[in-house]
Amino acid sequence: MTKPGRAMTIKEEAKKSVLLLPALILLIAFFIIPIILTVYYSFTNMALTGANAKNFQFVGLRNYTKMLADKNMLKSIWNTFQFLVGSLLGQTVLGFLIAYFMKHKAKGFRSVVGPCILAGWVMPEVVVALCSLAFFDTNGTMNTILQAIHLPPVKWLYAHPMLSVIIANVWHGTAFSMLNFQSALDNVSGDIEEAARVDGANRIQTLVRIIVPCIKDTIATNTMLNTLSTLGVFGLIWAMTGGGPGTATTTLPIYMYNQGLKNFQLGQGTAIGMVLLLVGAVCSVIYTKVLKTED
Amino acid sequence: MKAKKVLGLLMTVVMATGLLACGGGGTTGGSASESQEASKSKDKNSGGKQKITFCFRDDGLGKDNSLWKWVDAAYASWDKKDEVELDVAPITASEGDYFTKVALQLSDPSTCPDLVAEDTFQLPNDVSAGYLTNLDDYVKDYEDWQSGKYYASMQKAVTGEDGSVYGIPYCTDTRGIFYNRELMTKAGVIAEGEDWAPKSWDDVLDACAKVKEKLPDVVPFWCNAGVATGEATSMQTYEMMLYGTGERLITDDGKWIVKSQGMEDTLKFLQDIYVKNEYGPSLDLVLNGQASNTSAREYFPQGKLAMSLDGIWITGNWKEDGAAPVENYGEKFGLAAMPTSKGQDPGTVTLAGGWSLSIPENSDQKDITFAFIQHMMEPDTYLKAVTSMGNICTRTDTAETEEYAKQPFFDVATQFLETADFRPQNDQYSSVSTSIQSMVEAVVSGTSVEDAITQYGADVARTVGDDAVVEQ
Repeated sequence: MTKPGRAMTIKEEAKKSVLLLPALILLIAFFIIPIILTVYYSFTNMALTGANAKNFQFVGLRNYTKMLADKNMLKSIWNTFQFLVGSLLGQTVLGFLIAYFMKHKAKGFRSVVGPCILAGWVMPEVVVALCSLAFFDTNGTMNTILQAIHLPPVKWLYAHPMLSVIIANVWHGTAFSMLNFQSALDNVSGDIEEAARVDGANRIQTLVRIIVPCIKDTIATNTMLNTLSTLGVFGLIWAMTGGGPGTATTTLPIYMYNQGLKNFQLGQGTAIGMVLLLVGAVCSVIYTKVLKTED
Repeated sequence: MKAKKVLGLLMTVVMATGLLACGGGGTTGGSASESQEASKSKDKNSGGKQKITFCFRDDGLGKDNSLWKWVDAAYASWDKKDEVELDVAPITASEGDYFTKVALQLSDPSTCPDLVAEDTFQLPNDVSAGYLTNLDDYVKDYEDWQSGKYYASMQKAVTGEDGSVYGIPYCTDTRGIFYNRELMTKAGVIAEGEDWAPKSWDDVLDACAKVKEKLPDVVPFWCNAGVATGEATSMQTYEMMLYGTGERLITDDGKWIVKSQGMEDTLKFLQDIYVKNEYGPSLDLVLNGQASNTSAREYFPQGKLAMSLDGIWITGNWKEDGAAPVENYGEKFGLAAMPTSKGQDPGTVTLAGGWSLSIPENSDQKDITFAFIQHMMEPDTYLKAVTSMGNICTRTDTAETEEYAKQPFFDVATQFLETADFRPQNDQYSSVSTSIQSMVEAVVSGTSVEDAITQYGADVARTVGDDAVVEQ
């Protein structure tokens, strides 16, 4: 005979499961199935047009083995790494410093800097790209400033394409870090800072030895979220440089698009997508481990 | 508590219904599919009228686009216009993006147009994919097609590997070097009133050097060199040069050549222009999707560019109703044939391409669409369109009209057609073409010729298979 308490628990669990069912179905339909299909397609020679569009076949690991010998693929991985590291450094450091200064500076500083930074965040990627194009254009704002201080103009998008897209992405993403850090800094007790100052620590020592350790968890979480969003950046780079000149700003999402939709090799494109998924997964695992240690 | 339960139940029902509604479109089985067909059929026959959707590339001119004007004019003069609704659905995109979007549209019955403008180089690919309708039965009863009103070479260009017809060709073209007479005279390349006729690539480089020296504010030479300009980079830059070395992209037995002396010479020539001597436009001008328009509608007509390796259609821009009208352009500018690399036989080189009107396999208005194509290609309607586009016509009777023949440069460009080469009629060409564009862009951006060729070899082998490539 079932105990009344246990029967109640099963009933409650069943009710909860029913309510969760739509979410589960959505998850399976729009997440699990596409991923399974992507994995399958990455082992085929599926194409967007041509004979392989009609009758594609399973080709085993061919897409992956070819990828290993592909210089452009290696270049894309290297570009992705540069873009990721540059963006993370910029977004995290800038986001933290702005949040830190906004906490201590007067209201005027907050009301001027805050909206400027937030503007980059609320704008869609492609709008950020167009604003950045206007900024880095040969006759754009950046070169106008340079000329005003008697420096020669620079063709930013062709001479320093990676730097240009990193700066644009930093502008786009810094607000997210800033808001995270603002919230974390607000939770750092003023008493601890004051105690450190009474003990003779200067402002930098207080920052490095007291405040940063206090918000380590936020730093790790913020870095993980920024990593995942940066890995997926496509529209910004596509609209600014199209992955060029040459392959100078071809990151993995751009290369995936080129292979899948420009070269019509959908199988190859999905295989690159799998590599991107893997990189994201590895980064997530690493950050999760870091977060766990901190707990 | 009861209210919460009811609310929860209601939300569950609403979410589940929403989910089913989302999933319906993707279902391929029985009733859902039938319902989709019924809905499509209803849409296609709205208000009792049949509906034709026409898809073509809009290069940013919108309703001023010659193709758009043509289809509008043809529809206005069509005796069946009261029975048929025309939906003009242009794709505003760079050339490469247009082919991608078209392939995606053609593959899906719910997005497929009834009439599509196809570049003849893309046609074999889409035929292999089963995207296009076999028009053999239609052309059998099309008198103009059977009675020699179309050039045989153009009929061949729209014939698939299976020997069937998959489109009605509406234009062709040839390529050469357009030059600005005034600038070339000032630079001392030609004497006043003289025609320029370079005999080799060295002659072209010499002319560039003179322009650069005498007219430092003028760009000496422009040829498309970016991935963004798509087929223009492959065909009228790379292939115009490669064919000029005497080589081809593919061997007679169908193997793609991925390393050869001709390839090295071609890429070195491009490097001489863009990197070594900086005779070309700056990369910010040439590596974007608008490069062709910048060159044809801005730099060349405004006298900021001396030589432009381009196709005959760019003259359409300079006509009175074109995008960048130039008075007396036939006298101000000249057209020289592109020389072979060292002046070897046959001395000059050009490639011919063209576009066709095709009916997608997924169209459900095939008969009426073919009737509309026939009307679009009727001599009166067609003559105005083809002269406005600045293209070489595909109809022999149109070529004989005075209005067509009097257009500047058309006599020369049509002469080029006699010895023109064509791109490989191979369903893998369009994929190989994107690798060519990457190779050219890499070289003009500073990558070494050797590295660019190696990468091209790897890209092509991956696309066509290791056993379908060869080094020479």
